[in-house]
Amino acid sequence: MDNRFESVQSVRDGLKDVNYLADDGIAGVVFLADRLGKPILVEGPAGTGKTQLAKSVAELIGAKLIRLQCYEGLDESKALYEWNYKKQLLRIQADRNSDAWSDIHDDIFGSEFLLTRPLLEAITSKEPVVLLIDEVDRVEVETEALLLEILSEYQVSIPELGTITATQIPLVFLTSNNTRELSEALKRRCLFLHVDYPQMEREKEIVLTKVPGVTEMLADQIARIVRSIRQIDLKKAPSVSETIDWARTLVLLGLDSVNAEQAKETLHVLLKYQSDIAKAAKELSDD
Amino acid sequence: MLDLLSGFIIELRNAGLPVSLTENLDAMHAISHIPLEDREAFKYALGATLVKNNAHWRSFETVFEVYFSLRGPEYSITDGDGEGSIDDLLQQMQDAQMKGEGNGGAGGMDSLTPEELMNILMNALMNGDQALMRALARQAVQRFAGMEPGRPVGGTYYLYRTLRNLDLDGMLDKLMEASKKEVGGDLTKLEERLEKDEYNDRIEKFKQEVEAEIRRRLVADRGAEAMAKTLRKPLPEDVEFMHASRDEMQNLKKSLQPLTRKLAARLARKRRHGRKGPLDFRNTVRHSLAYGGVPAEPKFKYPRPAKPELIVIADISGSVAAFARFTLMLVYAISNQFSKVRAFVFIDGIDEVTEYFKKTEDISEAIHRINTEADVIWVDGHSDYGHAFEVFWDKYGKEINPKSTVLLLGDARNNYHASQAWVIKEIRQKARHVYWLNPEPRSYWNTGDSIVGEYGTHTDGVYECRNLRQLEAFVEKLA
Repeated sequence: MDNRFESVQSVRDGLKDVNYLADDGIAGVVFLADRLGKPILVEGPAGTGKTQLAKSVAELIGAKLIRLQCYEGLDESKALYEWNYKKQLLRIQADRNSDAWSDIHDDIFGSEFLLTRPLLEAITSKEPVVLLIDEVDRVEVETEALLLEILSEYQVSIPELGTITATQIPLVFLTSNNTRELSEALKRRCLFLHVDYPQMEREKEIVLTKVPGVTEMLADQIARIVRSIRQIDLKKAPSVSETIDWARTLVLLGLDSVNAEQAKETLHVLLKYQSDIAKAAKELSDD
Repeated sequence: MLDLLSGFIIELRNAGLPVSLTENLDAMHAISHIPLEDREAFKYALGATLVKNNAHWRSFETVFEVYFSLRGPEYSITDGDGEGSIDDLLQQMQDAQMKGEGNGGAGGMDSLTPEELMNILMNALMNGDQALMRALARQAVQRFAGMEPGRPVGGTYYLYRTLRNLDLDGMLDKLMEASKKEVGGDLTKLEERLEKDEYNDRIEKFKQEVEAEIRRRLVADRGAEAMAKTLRKPLPEDVEFMHASRDEMQNLKKSLQPLTRKLAARLARKRRHGRKGPLDFRNTVRHSLAYGGVPAEPKFKYPRPAKPELIVIADISGSVAAFARFTLMLVYAISNQFSKVRAFVFIDGIDEVTEYFKKTEDISEAIHRINTEADVIWVDGHSDYGHAFEVFWDKYGKEINPKSTVLLLGDARNNYHASQAWVIKEIRQKARHVYWLNPEPRSYWNTGDSIVGEYGTHTDGVYECRNLRQLEAFVEKLA
């Protein structure tokens, strides 16, 4: 298999070209995932760019992004494959008299009657693919087992058809908000990447790349204020996406710098709980 | 390399991280793809393959530092005292002097007076100069830590000695003063706060440099394996409540929140997906209409287990305060799993604090109010379980009903007062369950003035709750 990336640095630069600022850890793990042919389990607080990472990598290598959004009650007919019953029924009825039963039997369990769902689609695809399994912590522990075969062997076993093996190994990203502990079996098969709130300098860079029209000084101030706010004991600390929203707001308001008053008035963009807003406003004005 | 890596992995396992054989193999594969000179990439390669839980990252980092700190080029131990870095420092120092700060003559770092050293440090912090900060950390350790080869003292001792001499808190004030001067005039509150955070951040980095330097020296002195053993810290979920340091407390607090979220999700799921109930006859008949009157699809009633009513009675005297605080936080964080939660705290007097939690959404604020406002002192402020229980029984005893579960928190160190264990007996007769959670190790129970056995006979169970893991397991069982 060809390697997609030359070195860690090339991953980093490439991601930067598609407007995703990766740090050493992120770039390193993406590079390794490619070399080792292993899925990446991305974990971290909401809004730190976990899903965006998968999208950016897809954009970078020019691959199609196939996304499986997980939810409670997801089962194999929605994740892997399903037989097209209606078509099978029609097939049986169409030549009721002519064929022998055994012919039809073999026939209706052919790939023609198979509806592919995201996971199967990802491994049968001819073009390069990035598979994103989003919020994997939402499925039940039992359903996780569905993923194990595809994650370690890149194959799907269908009892009637046999085993379908991947034509090319896709890059797989799993994201998790860590609402529950994932099973050991799943973790063992993945590379683990924890994406946390970025360092101040990186956050500033992110604001600069993502928000058009923001001045260097404003971005610096924004990053500093957000860092201060994250140090307060809040219900939900502001995420990167909220920082970007806030920066956009300030740019729209036509500000070049923020003072405490303006920051307080726009805090609701950054924080989503009333108690958090009150607390942050107090902190910003008092000390 | 292979030997080193397997030693590293054994150490990780000793530190409590679950590293499986496949992960071990993955790590070997991974590092073959990474240039070994790139220390950061090397670290992340190992991290991604070996550490699958973010809470374990710190432990991993510590072990990594110990095993691989000597290998990076810029970390070689010799240049700490060698010529290269001294030259470097002199250069830096002269820069500092040009700014009119230091006034000592040239002559190497060693000849500087402590005041000059402080000035240089202040400048470095002011400008966020990484290289100079690292050099200064080295110098500070060399000068203040007083490290002696072979002396069996932990790294924290040296760290403490170094930092005490540097007076970093005072440094922060000075830095703030200086930046005020620079702007000329007062800063606005917001600016002041931002500046302060910035300096705090830098000072924190400097502290880490000092710590790393001490570690490097200790490793050079004693060897990686012995060092790793002394540095081994328990994982956050294994930290004991009663002996946690301030840092560990902070970490505990941080890990409490995701933990409660997980616990709540798990409990809610359990409630929904529990055992199916008995046949729901009406529903089955209704659905049978779709099959021409044949009850093809039996329907079952969903069991709705009653949510317990919880009464928490917690000892908040010094020795066990942290434990009580954590339990209250945990219980309130998942309070929607209970129909009602009431909280009482005592030392030798008892006070109800349920109101504090009701008024605010913020649990930590409520805890703070408990510490400052609750009226828990009756005579001398030494734990008196007997009196507290007696008062509880008089005032609130009639509110205990068969739905309530009573949780008693404390080490039952009664300072040789009367136990009044009959209260517990009475409570148990009225309540559904009575449990006692004790933060002390089981081997300490019933020694000295601990009378947990006497109370324990009247409860449905006494549980050892020394760390977050045990506490979590208990709460899950409870709800």
